[in-house]
Amino acid sequence: MKCDLCDKEAVVHLTQVVNGEMKEVHLCEEHAKEQGIDIHSPISITDILMGLGEAKQGIEHQLSPSCPRCGMAREEFRRSGRLGCPDCYNTFMAELAVAIKAMHHSSQHVGKIPAREGLQTRIKSQIARFQKELDAAIAREDYEKAAEIRDRISEVRTQAEEQEGGDA
Amino acid sequence: MTLDGLLERHGGWLESGPEEGPVISSRVRLARNLSDTTFPGWASKEVRDRVWNEVVQAFDSMETDTEFLRWRMDELKTLERELLFERHLISAELAERKSGSGLFVSEDECRAVMVNEEDHIRLQSLQPGLNLQKALDGAEALDDDLEKTLTYAFSSKLGYLTACPSNVGTGMRASVMLHLPGLCLTEEIKPVINAVSKIGLAVRGMWGEGSEAAGHMFQISNQITLGKTEVEIISHLDQIVLEVIEHEKNARLRLMESQQIRVHDHIGRAYGILAHAAMMNSNEALDLLSGLRLGIDLGLMPEIARRDIDQLLIRIQPAHLQKAAGSMLSPEERDIKRAQLIRLFLDGSPDNGNGH
Repeated sequence: MKCDLCDKEAVVHLTQVVNGEMKEVHLCEEHAKEQGIDIHSPISITDILMGLGEAKQGIEHQLSPSCPRCGMAREEFRRSGRLGCPDCYNTFMAELAVAIKAMHHSSQHVGKIPAREGLQTRIKSQIARFQKELDAAIAREDYEKAAEIRDRISEVRTQAEEQEGGDA
Repeated sequence: MTLDGLLERHGGWLESGPEEGPVISSRVRLARNLSDTTFPGWASKEVRDRVWNEVVQAFDSMETDTEFLRWRMDELKTLERELLFERHLISAELAERKSGSGLFVSEDECRAVMVNEEDHIRLQSLQPGLNLQKALDGAEALDDDLEKTLTYAFSSKLGYLTACPSNVGTGMRASVMLHLPGLCLTEEIKPVINAVSKIGLAVRGMWGEGSEAAGHMFQISNQITLGKTEVEIISHLDQIVLEVIEHEKNARLRLMESQQIRVHDHIGRAYGILAHAAMMNSNEALDLLSGLRLGIDLGLMPEIARRDIDQLLIRIQPAHLQKAAGSMLSPEERDIKRAQLIRLFLDGSPDNGNGH
């Protein structure tokens, strides 16, 4: 995939929500660096947020200036590093995706799920957990285990589809 | 029960527990927020009050035998808020907050819920010694109970949504409070702290930020909250803490083998000053009590119970001293009361050692 600002290959991929629509921003190494994103080392959230504060107009104009739900302005969020409400995660996802990945080395929750969440959330989480185990198995070249996990993933997916069909 | 009642008792997390020599306690904290609701730091007074009322309702409809005491921060005097902070029941941040902010705490003080701190709910579970699994079980049981009434902000991708992205995911911060005098006396603590910090765990002084080594007490906690399960996080922490304990035990053994006289001198002097001083500031008291605690662990102080020292570490703090005295005290008056309290504990005589 190409960088949004030049023809080079993009290495940083950001997701953002503008007026309820999901959009993506793709940057090459050079342009990511220009905006303060060092893709090789973990960085503090302040560093990233401050860096993105100098983002090129080309990207900046696509981002909504404040959270439609709580009214927190992008500038306020960048200054404090704190979010105004749960919806801010969607509004400021462009900055947050990189910051979260840098802080946690992951972007997928695999822990506890509230009892009130539906079956689909549980299935998604189960698949994410299996996926993590699959990656680990491949990394240690345990292909037998990897195949076993892959089969379990497709089993869960099939069950999920059947469930969805049943619900409809 | 009033806050005065708290002063008379010591928290259940100061009972006996596994690895209780080097480990004081284990804590699990969960950050939770209500869905569709502005986070406390950005919310209006009305929203904060509504959140408080919703949490009150959740506690009121909870089917549990445990009684939870509750206080709103705006009903408490500064000294009372400091007292709760010194007992590790609230954060310095909550002590500063007023409208809609408050605390629920179980009678044994092992479980507490801060309302409208950085997040709507900060739930903590404490256990004596090294027992993270039990602390996690306690936190999750209370979390499950609250969740029967409250709807949490949750995303299938990012997990529990928190005011600061550093807590997103499990919203869990697990920590272990450690007493590491062996590593401090052998000057091996720095490489250990560096090694622990490099593998994604945070190390800081037990008595808050900036008080790094007061009383040779340290707190080790996880930093990563996303991409790992709660059990994976505490297992990793547990494994590293066990390694630190091993280093601490080895350091103590080496000290006793090669510098036995120096160790005896260190502990004897600590006892001597504690038993006879007429004035003592917080830091000196923490350091000397640390020496005494080491003496107990090494079997040199058979007449003193370790848990009594831990209790004393809580009671010598400024707000505790003032609450016990029933009045505000100047720093000098506090130093006198502190020395008196320690003398009274060590030999039952409040006037011993001050020249009379």
